[in-house]
Amino acid sequence: MEPIYMLWLREVKRYTRSRPQILASLGQPLLYLLALGFGLGATYQKANGGSYLQFISPGIIGMAVLFSSVFSGIALLWDRQFGFLKETLVAPVPRIEIMFGRTLGSATTSMIQGLLVSIVCLIAGFRPISLSAIPVALFFLLLIAILFAALGTTIGSLIPDMQAFPIVMNFLVLPIFFLSGALFPLDTAPKALQIISSFDPLSYGVDGMRGALVGHSHFGPLVDTIVLICVAIVLLCIGAWRFSKIEI
Amino acid sequence: MRNTGIARKSGRHCHGRSDCPEDFDSMIRVQQLVKKFGDFTAVDNVSFDVAKGEIFAFLGPNGAGKTTTIKMLTTLLAPTSGTLEIDGMNPVEKQHEVRQQIGIVFQDPSTDQDLTAWENMELHGALYHVPRKVRKQRAELLLKLFELWDRKDSLVKQFSGGMKRRLEIARGFLHTPKILFLDEPTLGLDPQSRNQLWTHVKYLNQNEGVTVFLTTHYMDEADRVANRIAVIDHGKIVAMGSSAELKAQTEKESLEDAFLVLTGAGIRDEAAGSAEQMRQVAKMWGRR
Repeated sequence: MEPIYMLWLREVKRYTRSRPQILASLGQPLLYLLALGFGLGATYQKANGGSYLQFISPGIIGMAVLFSSVFSGIALLWDRQFGFLKETLVAPVPRIEIMFGRTLGSATTSMIQGLLVSIVCLIAGFRPISLSAIPVALFFLLLIAILFAALGTTIGSLIPDMQAFPIVMNFLVLPIFFLSGALFPLDTAPKALQIISSFDPLSYGVDGMRGALVGHSHFGPLVDTIVLICVAIVLLCIGAWRFSKIEI
Repeated sequence: MRNTGIARKSGRHCHGRSDCPEDFDSMIRVQQLVKKFGDFTAVDNVSFDVAKGEIFAFLGPNGAGKTTTIKMLTTLLAPTSGTLEIDGMNPVEKQHEVRQQIGIVFQDPSTDQDLTAWENMELHGALYHVPRKVRKQRAELLLKLFELWDRKDSLVKQFSGGMKRRLEIARGFLHTPKILFLDEPTLGLDPQSRNQLWTHVKYLNQNEGVTVFLTTHYMDEADRVANRIAVIDHGKIVAMGSSAELKAQTEKESLEDAFLVLTGAGIRDEAAGSAEQMRQVAKMWGRR
C-alpha cells in the first residue's frame, strides 16, 4: 500500500506547490460565472427559469472538476517526456497500484479545485437550498473527480505526446462540458440533444449536484449515482489495462 | 577472460559457443535479439551472456542500440523477436519478478523535478520496498557521498545538470539489486563524481555480488571497470571480449583505437527525439 500512498502524496504535493497555477485555473470558471451567470441571468429569469446563477453554479463546479481531473491525468505525458514515468514503470510495484496512486492523487487535487470553485460560486451569490445538501453534493463531486481522473489516465496512456492534446481538448473535453447540461436545462432541450447528453457522464454528475444543491434533478439521484459508479469502474479498468501496456 | 571468482555451476546455457567457458553461470542471457521500429532496425540479431557477478560493458557510438537493448532487458520495451533471460526469467512474461531483481540508472533524467532531492529518494525507497529505517540511513549516506546533503530539501528543478545527474545515481544505489543497469551513467559528471560512482559500483560488485551491465562511450571507464566488453554498432555486436582481447584482435595499443577500428571514424547523428522537442515546448510554457 505504501507505493499507492506515496504516489498519491506526490500528486498532492505537486498541486499545492503550484499556487500560481491554482489561481490561474480559477479564472476560467469565474469568467463563465460572470459572463453567463450575470450576462444571461435576466433573460433566463424572463423565461421563467428562475435564477440562472443558481442553475449554472453546479455546472461550473462540475466543469472545474472535469478540466482539472483530465489535465492532471494527462500530466502523465509530462512524466513520460521528462522521464519520471520510467522510474515508476521499472519499479517492482504492480502497475495497477501505480495507476491507482496517480489516479487517486488526480481525483484528490481536482476535488480541492472543485471546492475552491464552490467558494467562488458562494461569493458570487450562489446559495444551496440547505446545509444538509452539502454532503450529497460532495459525494457527487468525488464520483466525477474519480471518473474523470480515470479518463485522464486512460487518455494519457493512449496518446503518445502533447501534440495530440488540442485534439483531446476539442473533441473530447469541451464536448463533454458543453453537452452535459451544465449550462442549459435538459428538461426543455430538444429530444436529440437530450439523447446525446444522456451519453455524457458529466450530465449525471452535474445533475446529481444540482439535485442536491438546487433541488432540481433531471435523471434522479439514484440513476445519477448508478451511472457514475458504473462509468467510473469501466474507465478505471480501461485505464489500468492501458497503463499496464505502456512502453517507453 | 577475467571471469575468475564468478560463481560456477553448470555450463547449460552455453551450447558450445566459443566465447563461453565451461563454467559459465549466466545472469543475463540474450539470443538473436531484434527490435524494429517500423522499418528501422535498432537492435539487429544480438546475442550475448553476462555471468553472475560480472561487470559487462556495452560500448558503442550514438544510436548504436545500447539504450534500446537496456529497455528490453529492463521490461520497458518488448522485443520484436529473440529470447531474453534475466536471472532465468523472461522479462516479457515475468515483468514483475524481473523488476524485483534489477536496479537502473537511466541515461535520460528520471527524477521528479517538482519534488525535493530527499522526496525523490523517499519515493524511490517506497517503490522498491526498502524498509523505512534502512531507507533513511542509506539515503543520508548516499546524498552525503554524492555531495547533495546540503541541498536535500531543495526542489530538483533548481539543481544544476551535474547535481541532477548525481541525484539520479545516488537514487539508483538506494536499494541493492541483483543486477544493476547503468545507461551512460557518467554523462555530464565531473571527474570526482565519476570516481565516486565507479568506486561504489566496484564495491557493490565485489562485496554484494551485484552483476553490473553498463553502457558508456568513455573507453577508459570500460577499460577500468569491465570484465568484458561488447562493441555494438548499427544494432549489431561487432566484437566481444576483455579489453586486452579487443586490443589484441585489432592490433591496437589503446581501447579507444580498437574502438575506432571496429566502428569506423564517421560521426553519428541521433535524430532529435520527441522528448527534446517537448522540453523546448515546456520551457516556452514555463512549466519547468
